Amino acid sequence: MTEKRELVLNMGPQHPSTHGVFRVILQMQGETVTDAKPVIGYLHRGLEKLAEHSTWQNVIPLTDRLDYVAAMSNNLVYARAVEKLLRIEPPERAQFIRVIMAELSRIASHLVFLGTFGLDLGAWTAIVFCFNMREKVLDLFEAVCGQRMTFSYIRFGGVAADLPDGFVEQAQKVMTSLKEGMQELADLINGNEIFLARTKGVGPLDSQVGLEYGVSGPIIRASGVPFDLRVCRPYEIYDRLSFTVPLGKQGDCYDRFRVRFDEVLESISIIEQCLELMPTGETTAKLPRRLRPQAGQAYASVEGPRGEVGCLVVSDGSEHPYRWWIRSAAFANISVLPEITRGTKLADMVAILASIDLVMGEIDR
Amino acid sequence: MTADWLISLGTGVRNIVVSLGISDPFTDYVMTILAALVLMAVLGMVALYGVYAERRIAGFIQYRHGPNRVGPHGLLQAVADGIKMLSKEDLIPNGADRTVFRLAPYIVFTPAMMVWAVLPFSKYVVAVDLNIGLLYVIAIVSVATLGLLMAGWSSNNKYSLLGAMRSVAQMLSYELPLVFSILGVVMLAGSINLSAVVEAQTRVWFIIPQFLGFIIFIISATAELNRLPFDLVEADSELTAGAFTEYSGMRWGIFFAAEYANIFAVSALATTLFLGGWHGPLLPPYVWFFIKTCTMMFFFIWMRWTFPRLRIDQLLNLSWKVLLPLSILNILLTGTAYFFFFL
Repeated sequence: MTEKRELVLNMGPQHPSTHGVFRVILQMQGETVTDAKPVIGYLHRGLEKLAEHSTWQNVIPLTDRLDYVAAMSNNLVYARAVEKLLRIEPPERAQFIRVIMAELSRIASHLVFLGTFGLDLGAWTAIVFCFNMREKVLDLFEAVCGQRMTFSYIRFGGVAADLPDGFVEQAQKVMTSLKEGMQELADLINGNEIFLARTKGVGPLDSQVGLEYGVSGPIIRASGVPFDLRVCRPYEIYDRLSFTVPLGKQGDCYDRFRVRFDEVLESISIIEQCLELMPTGETTAKLPRRLRPQAGQAYASVEGPRGEVGCLVVSDGSEHPYRWWIRSAAFANISVLPEITRGTKLADMVAILASIDLVMGEIDR
Repeated sequence: MTADWLISLGTGVRNIVVSLGISDPFTDYVMTILAALVLMAVLGMVALYGVYAERRIAGFIQYRHGPNRVGPHGLLQAVADGIKMLSKEDLIPNGADRTVFRLAPYIVFTPAMMVWAVLPFSKYVVAVDLNIGLLYVIAIVSVATLGLLMAGWSSNNKYSLLGAMRSVAQMLSYELPLVFSILGVVMLAGSINLSAVVEAQTRVWFIIPQFLGFIIFIISATAELNRLPFDLVEADSELTAGAFTEYSGMRWGIFFAAEYANIFAVSALATTLFLGGWHGPLLPPYVWFFIKTCTMMFFFIWMRWTFPRLRIDQLLNLSWKVLLPLSILNILLTGTAYFFFFL
């Protein structure tokens, strides 16, 4: 009877709060998690290998399937990497459209986060509010490219098609309603005592540890590191827009929630600026029908909703990419999970996992 | 009050039983069984329509419709779900303790039903007018913990086990503030007979002198019911479904029915103890009782769809460090006030 054994709890890949097919093996003493071991790979589809047998254009639909919650950022980063190889620059209007789309994607993705984070804490109603708002954003996507999640809209040298008639008005209307919706969401959860008790001081991430693990995006910003590629290494027309980068202090679950919450508001302001400033003109650069980028390699990175999304393309001068490699933000972010879950309660572990905001499509590729 | 049709109905049925030539003590037995059957029918309706009400109200809170396809306004949805659960395969996992696994739902459901026996729906409509009614309720309610523990332990599933451990920790902790919060009412009413408690509220509902007690009662009762923000036993985002993870079909349905029977019982208890029971102008007393009870049920449902869930240590802290001292303070204040104003 004196023998003491730790409870090994296998959480996932089929579990309500592992957001897809993430699996984590927990060592537990009662309710306390003594160690967490993430296991990934349940959604591996071999996309990077698949790309080596596709033409350059055919890879674009594959990028949609990486981070399927915010596919525009993946479209964008791949297009930018190949444009570097092709040495072309998209027209100004296309750049504005790209920024609008990337920010809409960020809003859609953060709304999924805000909703599911509430759900993982047991607040059932937050997700409905968020998905109601996200629906309006998805309607905008549908108007632009006919798709709601897998867009393939951002192409080499620009975008697939110009914005439809009335898009600007529709977008402005959506932005107004989003602001109202965010206020409603704030009323529902931001000041809730239980919500604060469940998130404040839970799973704090030291900024140094975060940097060592290569953590990026809202998570590292919640720890107080002002690392945002839109500001640090501006791409497209971000340097012409004025916006602030929300920062946290403690790096706990509340800060991670709050940073994303504020980022949605910032993205709304960015989109409104873009809609104001957007010039008329061409939306694609001239491209040859058969793409044969010169041999060499190029790396591009953009600020996705989860952090730095990178893309390395290697060309041997043929019609196929020689190598396509993805730096996925969620992959680096999830690796820090054991560091911040040790010694927490099971319920906290779920909150921390949710606050990392993982998308398995991007982690497993 | 003499024109109450429920009473004439009861007297009528009794006369029929007597006219069959059954001896007096036997008539009492028959009447008790009939009362139990009526209660069970009402309980079944409450369990079915409690689920329906919860789903519709949740829909209302979340800007969506809720069930509205089966029958007019979806009123038959609960029936359809019941039939679906009855027709499902009865699954018992390998390695489960089969006897205990089968027994657990009934251990949870039976106390939920037994509480109903002493609920005073109106002055004359009460199945058993027990002189220790309140003590009986408190004693019976704690049995459900055993059922949850049995369910969690026998499932041979780690999530279930964690859920069961939580249920014991939670329900034992919250029983104390629950009982202590009721004590204030008992002191004012001077009786633990539920009908007498209601009688004592003829002039003023006990929610006014016992407001602190009411708040503590509601919080502890929510924890006893395993409802959000205290649904740690189920905690679907952590423990998939906690103690009920391995249950399916009608066995799960019984747990579900027990939950709603319990919500009604606790709401009815809150009505009896704090909201003046059947007292009210114009409408018949049992209508008032149902109105107040349904308001309380709505309150519980409203809470569930608004609040996030507490963590286990916060839950226990709240009980032992906040609610328990407050409830003892409440007893002290009530006693002092009673001493100065009534003696």
